[in-house]
Amino acid sequence: MTDKSKKYWNPYFGGVMLGLLLLATFYITGRGLGASGAAKSATVAIVDKVAPAHAENATYYSKFISDDKNPMNQWLVFEVIGILAGALLSGALSSRLKFKVEHSPKITSRTRIIMAILGGIAFGFGSQMARGCTSGAALTGMATLSLAGFVSMMAIFGSGYVFAYFFRKFWI
Amino acid sequence: MMGPLIPLDIIDPAWNNVIAIIIGIAFGFILESSGFSSSRKLAGVFYGYDFTVLKVFFTAAITAAIGLYYFHFMGWIDASLVYINPMYVGPAIVGGIVMGLGFIMGGYCPGTCYTGVAIGKIDAIAYSFALMLGVFIYAEFYPLYEAFYKSGFMGNAMVFDSLGLTPAAFIMILIVVALGMFVAATQIQNKVKKVDY
Repeated sequence: MTDKSKKYWNPYFGGVMLGLLLLATFYITGRGLGASGAAKSATVAIVDKVAPAHAENATYYSKFISDDKNPMNQWLVFEVIGILAGALLSGALSSRLKFKVEHSPKITSRTRIIMAILGGIAFGFGSQMARGCTSGAALTGMATLSLAGFVSMMAIFGSGYVFAYFFRKFWI
Repeated sequence: MMGPLIPLDIIDPAWNNVIAIIIGIAFGFILESSGFSSSRKLAGVFYGYDFTVLKVFFTAAITAAIGLYYFHFMGWIDASLVYINPMYVGPAIVGGIVMGLGFIMGGYCPGTCYTGVAIGKIDAIAYSFALMLGVFIYAEFYPLYEAFYKSGFMGNAMVFDSLGLTPAAFIMILIVVALGMFVAATQIQNKVKKVDY
């Protein structure tokens, strides 16, 4: 176990690297990093493809649909394609590539998958309500010293600590 | 060279998507190398057995905040062209609470789940599709909370203004608070029963 965790970077080194990347992103694009926006673009694109009339009439989708641009042609979609490639490279260099369900020995793979799905649904929903996730709202928002960034961060982590008690059996 | 480079047309906007992929590669590499592709490592921050998330997250936010403030001070970046997240009080808090619930159930947030997907975590793949389902549900029932979603607007409110501090003073306090949390986290982690993963 210790061998495996040794392969990870020191967290403060990782933090400085992430902070410098975020700074460079601001310097180049004027905006920070994100992630949930890509899931939103993909959802809008699928609904627009499957039920175009519905997508144009429903208020939320229609905000992100325009005639001259594919809904997937978004900065964050390309950024997430990069995330997948970068993480694959890092995983390959550290021999971490393996298909598996990661879960506590006290729960089954099936339970873990069900919880991952429920958690994903909640996070996807919440990220739309809050206009961004841990990357786009909390981390990026904190770097610019925006009030929204700090409030989002406190709400996400505060809520995580409160609910952690109820879900402890799934983790420890 | 004055930034931000793309909004000022110093880099042609045609490069935007290429730059997005390059930045994404670096983002994914850093997250995965820091251990963020493991849900059990991420969840550790909520149970005290692994505080990597806290250390990486706050170190990154502070590094970027100091850098942006310094760039602004040196006149290297036009602050009026830097995106400031708009503040909608209720939606930010309620959305954040729902995300916290999703975090503890699912073990990932959106960015980290994609790093898990990349190295073959099947639970992360399930999570990534569920994220889209969550967005879909939000969009389908949007009229129910559209008024709430647009409520509590405070414009591009800044955290130091809300506290009546200068940006520099706020950053100093943030650094001290973070250092205190890092020390406390290390002590807690030493006392909490080890979890193998």
